[in-house]
Amino acid sequence: MINLRINDQKVSVQEGTTVLAASKKLKINIPTLCNHDDLCVAGNCRVCLVEQKGARTLIASCATPAAEGMEIHTNTLKVRNARKHIVELLLSEHRSDCTKCYKNQNCELQSLANDFAFGDHVFLDLVEDKKYNIDRSSPSFIKDDSKCIRCQRCVRTCSELQYVSAISVANKGAHQKISSFHDRPMSQVVCTNCGQCVNRCPTGALVEKTYIDQVWDAIYDPEKHVVVQTAPAVRVALGEDLGYDPGERVTGKMVNALRQLGFNSVLDTDFSADLTIMEEGTELLVRLKKALVDGDKSISLPMFTSCSPGWIKFIEHKYPEFLPNLSTCKSPQQMFGALAKTFYAKKRNIDPSKIVSVSVMPCTAKKFEADRPEMRSSGFKDVDFVLTTRELAVMIKQAGIDFRNVEEAGYDTIMGDSTGAAVIFGATGGVMEAALRTAYEIVTGREVPFGNLNITPVRGMDGVKEATIKIEGCVNAWKFLEGVELKVAIAHGLVNANKIMKMTREGKAPYHFVEIMACPGGCIGGGGQPIPTNMEIRKKRMKAIYSEDEHKLLRKSHENPDVIAIYKEFLDQPNSHKSHELLHTHYVERDNF
Amino acid sequence: MYQVGNFVKKLSNKHGRERESLMPILQAIVQKHNYLTDEAMVEVARELDISAAEVYGTASFYTFLDTQVKGKYIIRVCKTITCSMKGKSDIIHILEDMLKIKVGETTSDKQFSLIETNCIGWCHKAPAILINEMPYTELTPEKVSAIIKDYMHK
Repeated sequence: MINLRINDQKVSVQEGTTVLAASKKLKINIPTLCNHDDLCVAGNCRVCLVEQKGARTLIASCATPAAEGMEIHTNTLKVRNARKHIVELLLSEHRSDCTKCYKNQNCELQSLANDFAFGDHVFLDLVEDKKYNIDRSSPSFIKDDSKCIRCQRCVRTCSELQYVSAISVANKGAHQKISSFHDRPMSQVVCTNCGQCVNRCPTGALVEKTYIDQVWDAIYDPEKHVVVQTAPAVRVALGEDLGYDPGERVTGKMVNALRQLGFNSVLDTDFSADLTIMEEGTELLVRLKKALVDGDKSISLPMFTSCSPGWIKFIEHKYPEFLPNLSTCKSPQQMFGALAKTFYAKKRNIDPSKIVSVSVMPCTAKKFEADRPEMRSSGFKDVDFVLTTRELAVMIKQAGIDFRNVEEAGYDTIMGDSTGAAVIFGATGGVMEAALRTAYEIVTGREVPFGNLNITPVRGMDGVKEATIKIEGCVNAWKFLEGVELKVAIAHGLVNANKIMKMTREGKAPYHFVEIMACPGGCIGGGGQPIPTNMEIRKKRMKAIYSEDEHKLLRKSHENPDVIAIYKEFLDQPNSHKSHELLHTHYVERDNF
Repeated sequence: MYQVGNFVKKLSNKHGRERESLMPILQAIVQKHNYLTDEAMVEVARELDISAAEVYGTASFYTFLDTQVKGKYIIRVCKTITCSMKGKSDIIHILEDMLKIKVGETTSDKQFSLIETNCIGWCHKAPAILINEMPYTELTPEKVSAIIKDYMHK
């Protein structure tokens, strides 16, 4: 243990602990900007400067390990003045149009400026001379360089968590900027639109592209019938933006609030998540049969899940040779969209051209996905507008809804029913668990051999998880799988996805089925989720997801009554011709830069 | 156009494929071809298994690793204080006059690019210019005229 003193208080910490972390232990608050719990130390913003007795200069507490006998002062006049000047200098290059900024009241730089209560400008305002660029090319987010303080959280996120590095630091000195490859528009580079950078940006330099106004317009248009679907991970995080602690489930309140906002029908992406399991599970079993029994060499294994549009864009850019390994199933959002303007329209007797289909997602990549040209199987744009969890919170605030006192309510019928298997889609390992619950039962006629259906080996925060399930006692139709050890793997965060893809490329991936989610923790840690998102918060949201599952009466996708009904009335059976028309898709190879 | 893929592969075999191999590879490309095309940067990224944005980030940090089209001969005129005091502007004038381009531009035949540079360490023999890697010092407009005429006939 290392013993040091901070503001004359003694503290003992493990070797390697930073001065910043040691201060936190003493509940001494040091401001930070470039620091983020998910990312490596950068030490470039200098806001966390402290004074070390005997040292010639101030030190960055985030980048300095505690040393034996150190004497640190965090609040001397020298420290205060230095921090103040640093923030003032950052502001001199930052377009401070705070009241008009999307991040107003949710900006770490603004909050620091507020702490220092600046009166007048000390330094020249350089913004007008800088010719900053605003990139609105992506359907998912906006990159506004005039708000950027070059803390490089986004660069580290894109590299360390996602192994994409669509952005990097370009040029130097006064010309330094965060840039894509040769300043290309973000829509034309390797960016997956995952929004992890958006979630970590301390200012308004990276924000989601918002569709709030378009959704309000649709709601107020008497000609339109507006349906909304909500993704599983939204219900365990939305509360954070509306005054609740992380990990609170607000499903019922959210449903009622959506109704109060004026949506004509409040439905659940969980319904189409259950449908995804039916389609994807069947696809897997068919692939296994063709590969294992028929010896069909054209069948690509392992099969990869296709629910996460960030992951889809990643593989399209970086491993296009493995596109045949992707399940052809659309994501639950897009399955829902295709059915909203076909099946739902027919059932409700509504002209599909009058339906506006909105989704609330924990995700910014979903905005891109909805825009893909492939996603128009209904004859219209299947999902018209995608809102993030954060945008829904904004709408609830705009409408003046007192969220805490909203009564709980249930989803509407027709595509509103769901099971626990669909809920857990929101956490890493969830799709795998849901698929196994159903596939195992189809093949053996028995429930998965795990206590209370909880397939614990596929749960948790390990970057890459593996499991083997021996299939025994098959029913006649699936006898060929008797004794087969089904090997599965799960990765979340694209840096972990890349590990699996490297293994696959080297022929060292022994799996049949692999679940991949672009974001750390799965959708609960999505780029559209409330800010901040970090490991502690992800764990709480994950706990809430599994608790939501345990509280469901039905916990297996194939038992969802709405799913059973839609096959009976409309789709015929999983992987039917109709299913393929509406619920399956294809992928395109993209450039790797 | 040269076979950029093969060239980059050859350079990667020579310098290695580690992160630290990036600089020598980029320098070698610039030495041979004056500047880095997008195609070349993408090839380097592929060989080193890093992102193209990172290659561009590194290249754009260094003044001598150009990422814009440059002529066969890159004339860098020192703009720092000693050269400025010893007649840098006369040098610029004669160059602009002879090449019919402004600072920052490249001649239409892609033979010459004219740019200003920070100190190149020839203050004691100011004013100085670099043409590609060759320094020319204690310049007068007449000397410059003769040098450029030479290059024009190369």
